Amino acid sequence: MPEVTMVGALNRALRDALAGDPRALVFGEDVGRLGGVFRVTDGLQAEFGKERVFDTPIAEAGIAGACVGLSLAGFRPVAEMQFDGFSYPALDQVISHVAKYRMRTRGIASMPIVIRIPSFGGIRGKEHHGDSPETYYVHTAGLKVVVPSGALDAYRLLSLAIADPDPVIFLEPKARYWSKEDGELGVEGPGIGEARVVREGADCALIAYGTMVSRCLDAAGRLADEGIDARVLDLRSLVPLDLEALGTAARETGRMVVVHEAARTVGMGAEIAARIMEEAFDYLQAPVMRVTGYDTPYPPASLEQHWLPSVERICDAARKAVAY
Amino acid sequence: MLSTTPAAASLRRDMGHSRSDHPNLVRLIAPDGTAVGDTDVGLSPQELRELLRLMILTRRLDDECMALQRQGELTVYPPFRGQEAAQVGSAFALGPQDFVFPSFRELAAALVRGVDPVEYLQYHRGTWHGGPYDPLATRFAPICVPVATQIVHAVGWAMGAKLDGKAACALTYFGDGATSEGDFHEGANLAAVFGAPVVLFCQNNGWAISVPLEVQTAGPIFRRAAGYGFPGVQVDGNDVLAVFKVTKAAADRARNGLGPTLIEAMTYRMGPHTTADDSSRYRTEEELAAWAPRDPIARYRRYLVDAGVADQAFLESCDGEAEERVATIRARVVGTAAPPPSEMFDHVFAAAPPSLERQRREALGDA
Repeated sequence: MPEVTMVGALNRALRDALAGDPRALVFGEDVGRLGGVFRVTDGLQAEFGKERVFDTPIAEAGIAGACVGLSLAGFRPVAEMQFDGFSYPALDQVISHVAKYRMRTRGIASMPIVIRIPSFGGIRGKEHHGDSPETYYVHTAGLKVVVPSGALDAYRLLSLAIADPDPVIFLEPKARYWSKEDGELGVEGPGIGEARVVREGADCALIAYGTMVSRCLDAAGRLADEGIDARVLDLRSLVPLDLEALGTAARETGRMVVVHEAARTVGMGAEIAARIMEEAFDYLQAPVMRVTGYDTPYPPASLEQHWLPSVERICDAARKAVAY
Repeated sequence: MLSTTPAAASLRRDMGHSRSDHPNLVRLIAPDGTAVGDTDVGLSPQELRELLRLMILTRRLDDECMALQRQGELTVYPPFRGQEAAQVGSAFALGPQDFVFPSFRELAAALVRGVDPVEYLQYHRGTWHGGPYDPLATRFAPICVPVATQIVHAVGWAMGAKLDGKAACALTYFGDGATSEGDFHEGANLAAVFGAPVVLFCQNNGWAISVPLEVQTAGPIFRRAAGYGFPGVQVDGNDVLAVFKVTKAAADRARNGLGPTLIEAMTYRMGPHTTADDSSRYRTEEELAAWAPRDPIARYRRYLVDAGVADQAFLESCDGEAEERVATIRARVVGTAAPPPSEMFDHVFAAAPPSLERQRREALGDA
């Protein structure tokens, strides 16, 4: 089986989309000649030309706004925001237009836009290079929000996102860019809106997305040594959220631990805990636990591992849930 | 700090934004109706009359919209009185292949472009956001309130038209206040870099709600184009022929692959910002009185009559048609019902995900 990194898988998904759909365009800051600061777009301009893969001025609102106009002109824009912390100038365009245009035109104008944003922490980056922006997008009606956790699913999710008729915010976990997986790239498997169980377990369920999935798998391994059989659920899709999978995990394990990098207050964990109670309150054997970043700005590189949910913090929460 | 007194600033506005009027201001017809430039802009007598007919119709419609709002049939309405020439002249200069990206005060341009005013007014009636007319069929984008955000949409559409090799251009309307926004800059810069076929049409009406031009920006708006590397032109926005001429030239230039143009049309908002605004709190009667003689319709009517292009019978037919058409529009607007609540859920996504379907059922039952 071939081995592929997440960067390689994303690159392949973009390449296949450009080859398969003449209306697909890839653009953003440094995505052309350089191939992106993370090389996700490496070689695409050489293969598909400067008209379909191009650099833009440093203008995030302009990039997002151009996506709207290009969609009206019948294109399928795949834009890159260079970093989470630099994506905020585009929020006005994303919230006011990208997300709402279908609604505002009573269903007439589709916005088949993908906005890729290298996101989250854990790479010893400078400030503004480690933010978790998902809640801003999740809270905005009209956007789909997906986060891959590994290379193979990154290919699948990005391919599905580009084919989707609606705007998709595609958050790429930078810390997983160089992670490798063995397997064939393809779109078969769970779609957008479907979570997947990446480790079976009956005693508790660890709910995560992005980089935290692998960390939860590490935690589950350690918990297994202690005799705790932890399931790991990779959400993949934050909007739509797979309520069925959350309900199933809650009913079958009764003990739920939500793990994310983003700050705790009004983070995904709050929404997931509420949904779990709505879906399966009678099955819960313990309060839903949250293991998250803190309500502080993302810290400097030397402190980030104190901030990010660690294997130990995840294990502690699971132990508490099981012992409750 | 402003270096001038309010009185001096007010006097300048009385003179017609003279601080930023440029010696090269394009004007073909003086406020008194006399020709001061070459008024042969390539329009037939019938087309010349059509411009007047459209301005009379749109002003009558604008007045009716104010009345409809006062009667509770529209929620809030932003009148365009005084800006008829800027909108009619520019919209008339476009072809069917071109695409317009308006802000929120462009009912006159919408009507010229063939948008059903009744559908357009659903926005102000509060029946639907954006305007439920078909923006793709009419090539008139939804009404856009977040200031200047539509400019980058126009640039994106124009980038697409260029990629497709189409001889078409986008035109986007915005006000003087919008030029203070980052999206104006990002749009202008992107348009220049990509050579996008777009006309950036600024209706400089002197006021952004209560903030006058001199507080908004310290230099002539059209001159900014030079910094981006494309032409900027300042035109008398109350001179419909001059507006038509410069817009036609900019649109032709764009469609011929020569890139964007910035047009600054000097006009004046005779009404309040919206029906929710009281402009007497920030501007004087004297200022309004100074602008009244610059009225775009009176000026053009006099010019056409003096030139022998329009006669009394034509003027009367314009008034009669406007009355009749507006009465029909009024009846249809008043007769429009709210959409079914289920539509709140219908257009968020192409297909509502299960979680949203649940909320629909929660709100509406199984209906």
